[in-house]
Amino acid sequence: MPDGVGKVVGVRVLAAMSGGVDSAVAAARAAEAGHDVTGVHLALARNPQTYRTGARGCCTLEDSRDARRAADVLGLPFYVWDMAERFQADVVDDFVAEYAAGRTPNPCLRCNEKIKFAAVLDRAVALGFDAVVTGHHARLGADGLLRRSVDLAKDQSYVLGVLTREQLSRSMFPLGDSTKTQVRAEATRRGLAVADKPDSHDICFVADGDTRGFLAQRLGATPGDVVDAATGEVVGRHTGAYAYTVGQRRGLHLDRPAPDGRPRYVLSITPKTNTVTVGPAEALAVSQVQARRPVWIGGPRPAAPVECEVQLRAHGDVVPATVAVTGDGLRAELHQPVRGVAAGQAIVAYRPDPAGDIVLGSATIAA
Amino acid sequence: MAYLDHAATTPMLDVALEAYVATAREVGNASALHGAGRQARRRVEESRERVAAALGARPAEVIFTGGGTESDNLAVKGIFWARRSADRRRTRVVSSAVEHHAVLDAVDWLAAQEGAEVSWLPVDALGRVTPQRLRAELAAADQVAVITTMWASNEVGTVQPVAELAAVAAEYGVPLHTDAIQAVGQVAVDFAASGVSALTVTGHKLGGPAGVGALVLARDVAVTPLLHGGGQERDVRSGTLDTAGIVAFAVALETAVRHQQEYAARVAALRDDLVTRVRQAVPDAVLNGDPNDRLPGNAHFSFPGCEGDALLLLLDAQGIACSTGSACSAGVAQPSHVLLAMGADSARARSSLRFTLGHTSTPEEVGALIAALPEAVDRARRAGSLRTSR
Repeated sequence: MPDGVGKVVGVRVLAAMSGGVDSAVAAARAAEAGHDVTGVHLALARNPQTYRTGARGCCTLEDSRDARRAADVLGLPFYVWDMAERFQADVVDDFVAEYAAGRTPNPCLRCNEKIKFAAVLDRAVALGFDAVVTGHHARLGADGLLRRSVDLAKDQSYVLGVLTREQLSRSMFPLGDSTKTQVRAEATRRGLAVADKPDSHDICFVADGDTRGFLAQRLGATPGDVVDAATGEVVGRHTGAYAYTVGQRRGLHLDRPAPDGRPRYVLSITPKTNTVTVGPAEALAVSQVQARRPVWIGGPRPAAPVECEVQLRAHGDVVPATVAVTGDGLRAELHQPVRGVAAGQAIVAYRPDPAGDIVLGSATIAA
Repeated sequence: MAYLDHAATTPMLDVALEAYVATAREVGNASALHGAGRQARRRVEESRERVAAALGARPAEVIFTGGGTESDNLAVKGIFWARRSADRRRTRVVSSAVEHHAVLDAVDWLAAQEGAEVSWLPVDALGRVTPQRLRAELAAADQVAVITTMWASNEVGTVQPVAELAAVAAEYGVPLHTDAIQAVGQVAVDFAASGVSALTVTGHKLGGPAGVGALVLARDVAVTPLLHGGGQERDVRSGTLDTAGIVAFAVALETAVRHQQEYAARVAALRDDLVTRVRQAVPDAVLNGDPNDRLPGNAHFSFPGCEGDALLLLLDAQGIACSTGSACSAGVAQPSHVLLAMGADSARARSSLRFTLGHTSTPEEVGALIAALPEAVDRARRAGSLRTSR
């Protein structure tokens, strides 16, 4: 039996089915493990019709039909839950507001924190379900510890690191012991038409993948200066500081090259003055990270600084660090500098482990 | 299993199923000139006569279609087009706020694509359209192309004063179409006596197959076809006739109409029992629709604090099939336009659930619902309170 469904057999579980291959196989495994599984597709887009073509992820009518068809093949009851209002408020509006504040949010993480393992889980529990099962690639064993997937390329423990122990205790991730290749093969074996469906990328509610255009539509054009960090000189103009991300190099359209002729990167965004500050690559390097709202799931809140590994963005590099609790936040001393650390992203701390690196906790990067 | 969703579709009657299978084994296109074709045509024409006799119409007034949605579209768009062609100033459609989407969306389409002006007749708190409102509308607006107002509500079960509405329409010389899909076999329906110009009926709501129905159309009412082709059905509805479906439909309709009175008495008694026991089990449940002039099998409730789709899920898990009664958009339940038109707020509209009984319904099925309902309501309330508390 795959790890992640081996809790108590025969419980009522709600399978969140996006219409993709992962969640379909996860639902199948939960059912096969003896659980009473009900499939639910979350309608997240306000006007799904407008996403009829182009977008992939979890918003299109086609995805809804794919999820329904997979549930039919698996013989599961299936419903669509309208979460569009909550998704708009907690994920989309938050996404726009975070960018407007000069931070770089991760909406998938926010969706897990506020929708899938909050609004959906709460509703499921109220309706008599014991747990929610999803197709995330991460391991959640009987010990209650969240570990990286065996498929490191597909590992999603980073976007689950925000979940509390309470939330995890009512979650099942049946795919953590499998590679994506194995999941696809199993989908084919089970006769699921979504076996060959392409992976979702990008942000599901930004239909064409143009995040900058999406933000510009909502925040409008607010022209401002691009300033060189070393000289304080204005080296270019931009149409909205929100469209930039720390570490970004392309699309700066600077009027003049740097004195040393080397490329410049976005170092920081200051919404108050609508300024984008740029500088050389080495100025991007960060050795210390402050973060707020920590969640400790791998054990109790550490009393003393912890030696561990940290990941600072989805699919980002993993570096050794010393993490210490500071008041209501945390501070991480990175043992090797990291470039492109953006406020608003999560820092997730891991303890290396041969059975899969264990998530100790996470927090939101403040600076 | 307790099947309490007969208004969505009801099991085929044995006689209809047998007639279907027997006819489906035979070959013959009803438009063909040889013996096999004549045999098929004979079956179709016999069926037309049966439908006509059962509905108080003449055989030539029965146009077989692919079901209720097609009949509604044919009536609403077809009569609009024909009347506007005869007089270009006739661009207004009068309809009610509680129509099924097959009418509602056809009217909206005319407004969006054909420049039709629309008067939506309001309903009272019980979901009734009044002849007075229709009269006021017709008096105020000249140049009405078509009136379309249903015989009985698919959602809340309210039966409309169709004959009175048709009499008002006749005074103004405007054809009135009525969607009688939920009414035929449930209440007395007589096309000629009602005075309507066009009437929609479909097979699968009265024990026949899905995908076949009819538009009964008075001979003096012109209609522009939706489907062009072989010229079947008086040139109004082209397409090879579904002989087996038509035969089964006619047998089912004839049977349903013949037994309508005893059926209605039996099912209404069962429904009344259901209503009484639901109110005992959930004292604050609100019965929607007209308590007296309603379809015999319909019980439609609002359960304050619950969401209908949560209740549906919970009852479904207990083997009880019912409906939120309103249309879905991408599988997402929308607050019912019918309840909103009746003055309910969005929360009450979302809290509703429809139980509909039919010819196979038993007291045991009602008992199963009553046994499962209190816990389902309890859980749905807990889930419903989350929305407001967060």
